[in-house]
Amino acid sequence: MIDTLFFYAFAFLTLVGAILTVTRRSAVHSAMALIVSLTGVAGLYLLQKAEFLFAVQIVLYVGGIMVLFLFVIMLVNLDEAARQRQFNKQWWLALACVAGVGGLVSYFIRQGSEAFRLPPPPRAAPILEGNTERLADVLFSEYLLPFEVASVLLLVAIVGSVVMAKKRI
Amino acid sequence: MFHPITTVHYLVLSAALLLIGTIGVLARRNIVIILMSIELILNAVNINLIAFSRHLENLGGQIFAIFVITVAVAEAAVGLGILIALFRNKETVLADEVDLLKW
Repeated sequence: MIDTLFFYAFAFLTLVGAILTVTRRSAVHSAMALIVSLTGVAGLYLLQKAEFLFAVQIVLYVGGIMVLFLFVIMLVNLDEAARQRQFNKQWWLALACVAGVGGLVSYFIRQGSEAFRLPPPPRAAPILEGNTERLADVLFSEYLLPFEVASVLLLVAIVGSVVMAKKRI
Repeated sequence: MFHPITTVHYLVLSAALLLIGTIGVLARRNIVIILMSIELILNAVNINLIAFSRHLENLGGQIFAIFVITVAVAEAAVGLGILIALFRNKETVLADEVDLLKW
């Protein structure tokens, strides 16, 4: 009951924020709407008992990536772009793609629960409790190699962004 | 209105978020907003992964969501660096005015 209310509240935040992000003219307004949307997604993580990802979403997305976006919006002069046409000439193609996929999804929704027969959860598995602890156990044992590869990826991204933002490239 | 929330609710929400992000990527001209729409798409993927992680009671989905977030951070940093370099050289942030490679 209370879960249902929270789900609809967070889903509303997420979708309204997303729609405002893609429709606003000013990039700063888009960034603010994106913050609302990402916070809604963080709430959905919390409802799904993924507490560690909830914290990561708030700290990394809202605190890190969005600050980076706002910095770049300050560095780049967007006034000229805000005065011009906002959608490109292929917008009808984008709408056609999205209408096709959306039609498919709503067709399956109208089929009712028969169309969504997900495999039942395995009963023997333990319940997800102590999320951060168990996540760390799995991450540093079973997924250790991907974890190290991700650190190499981050190193490449740091070097790449520094080189890209240099005065002369 | 007060049905219990199932995994399917999360999947439908994730599909809607993905479609909104796709409209942003395909139809907007401002590169900053295109990058923001890519973040929306990656978040839709994460909602899906976490919904299935909860449904199957398997932590692999949450681990994968962490890697998706890592890739999103790297992509945003490099993308915004490219945007600054582009603005310094071409004085524009509109995606369809950057057509040096177009015949």
